[in-house]
Amino acid sequence: MGPKVNVITAIRDSLDEAMAADERVIVLGEDVGQIGGVFRATEGLWQKYGPKRVIDMPIAEALIVGVAIGAALNGLRPVAEIQFADYIHPAFDQIVNEAAKIRYRSAGGFHCPIVVRAPAGGGIHGALYHSQSVEAYFCHAPGLKVVAPSNPYDAKGLLKAAILDPDPVIYFEFKATYRTVEGEVPDEDYIVPIGEAAIKRPGRDMTLLTYGMLVHESLKAAERLAEAGIEVEVIDLRTLLPLDKNTILTSVRRTSKVLIVHEANKTGGLGAELAAIISEEAFEDLDGPIVRLTGPDVPAMPFAPTLEAAFMPNADKIVEAARRLDAY
Amino acid sequence: MPKPTSDQLQEFYYKMILTRTLGARLRLLRHQGRINIVALADGHEAAQVGSAGALRIGLDFIYTYYRDMGVAMAVGMRPHDFMAQAYAKATDPNSRGRILPGDLNYPAANLMAGGGPIATQLPQAAGTALASQIKGEDAVTIVYFGEGASSEGEFHETCNLAGIHKLPLILFCENNQYALSAPLAKEVAGGGIALKAQGYGFPGVEVDGNDVVAVYQATGEASERARHGEGPTLIEARLYRLGAHSTDDDDSRYRDPEELDRQREDDPLLRFRRYLIERKHLKETDLVELETKAAEEVEAAQRFAEESPYPDPAELWEHVYGA
Repeated sequence: MGPKVNVITAIRDSLDEAMAADERVIVLGEDVGQIGGVFRATEGLWQKYGPKRVIDMPIAEALIVGVAIGAALNGLRPVAEIQFADYIHPAFDQIVNEAAKIRYRSAGGFHCPIVVRAPAGGGIHGALYHSQSVEAYFCHAPGLKVVAPSNPYDAKGLLKAAILDPDPVIYFEFKATYRTVEGEVPDEDYIVPIGEAAIKRPGRDMTLLTYGMLVHESLKAAERLAEAGIEVEVIDLRTLLPLDKNTILTSVRRTSKVLIVHEANKTGGLGAELAAIISEEAFEDLDGPIVRLTGPDVPAMPFAPTLEAAFMPNADKIVEAARRLDAY
Repeated sequence: MPKPTSDQLQEFYYKMILTRTLGARLRLLRHQGRINIVALADGHEAAQVGSAGALRIGLDFIYTYYRDMGVAMAVGMRPHDFMAQAYAKATDPNSRGRILPGDLNYPAANLMAGGGPIATQLPQAAGTALASQIKGEDAVTIVYFGEGASSEGEFHETCNLAGIHKLPLILFCENNQYALSAPLAKEVAGGGIALKAQGYGFPGVEVDGNDVVAVYQATGEASERARHGEGPTLIEARLYRLGAHSTDDDDSRYRDPEELDRQREDDPLLRFRRYLIERKHLKETDLVELETKAAEEVEAAQRFAEESPYPDPAELWEHVYGA
């Protein structure tokens, strides 16, 4: 393995290597140029590849994604940045009505290889409009792929895979992981295939399905639960659409209990889909109710530290939920 | 911009009459219950055929909206293709029976991915033009839209970017005076579309959309500008929608029939017909011959579409992902 890096560095390195390897790759978004993005995910790229390939865009999210689509249709491999996932909604039409449907509506005549990166998630004192987890909206749109890495290795490898992918990929990066999560990344080129979950910790008593920042809280919780004799299998979904049903169901059939953990609110969230799939395809193997520990069904994450903490799932809450499920 | 040759003028007339004839047959088929909804281009023929006639087909990129049957005919789609789409048959080259007729997806002519939402094609066209600029290629992108689409934010966002980057882009507005039922005065402030370009720092040109030669020349000039790095042009083709919004719309509910009668006197086809005879480009018998040929082609297209198979139900699952 190579050096230890954080998530933001892994994303930047991934973009840098992809741009060096293929001149069709361009980056566009608000403030991605000279200053390298508000989180510095594109730092140095403007200086290295020039303003034609690293394009500062006006504050117009629908335009950013629409331009990416049109550039892809003319042979480029655009990586669009939406500055915060909270602001992706003006581009919803371009993503869901256009990018996701271009291959289908043209019966394969056209296709749309774009990547839309969007910093997501809370726990960073960002309040209502810098904390949202909006992945479920996009997981309802066949034609898209949706990924959400939790660590530097996956961040780099999934971004490489997304850029090579022939279809539109929405790439959610959890801001809370940017500079807090470090890990080793190989020197040599690699990808993390889209559609493959990762078992982060094996366990026989319970399957815990999660992604993004909460992978780390889940692993902390699993450590503490193991001390109490409860062995939790922690699965990092990594790709949210299409889900790696095989890894999920294989684990559930072995453990017979399921705890789903995500930051997005509960109703209509990814946990609902996971629970439905497991009920449909592994009902006979279950030995307890499928439990969801999620953000609450309130409009968004508030600013006050007390309210933010009350919103966010964390290791303590995961331990408590897992103990209850284990005792069922 | 050189004037069109006699051969070009004959070709324009043929594509225009073909569009009108095809539309008339589609309207009839809809009323007979043989097909579903279609948006027709009556009154748009000169604007569509004249502008497309100034493009380099296969090299330039073309984004359309749902009323651009005349553009489709001008760039080489056949009535067969359009009819197959109207019948939602597997022989529809746009989508194999997936998308509504008039939503054009025709890679052979760089007729770019067309869907249903209003104005989404505008940012995409800007992206395609930007890519040509990045690659140092000489292609021009044209994007068609109705004046109704100028109400969408994406129209303004696109103009803004086009002005900033001097994109090789032609924004071609077919101002037919109605956004479905809403007349121009209720949907467009300032009285028109072309003048909006000024605020974005590039030329806006108003052209008589019933004059195929004027449209051809305006588009040709915009294309020259784009190719020489002089940036975008907004063309507003002033015309009038001679039909209802679609086969399923009753325009008598919102439009004065006397207004329609007045506008029929300026029908672009009749005007062009008179022009061709007066300027001695074609004789009455030549025109009748072209009109007969168009009718035969449409008749054959209908037979083709009716005899074509529907897509197999298993195709539902195809082309969701590439890999």
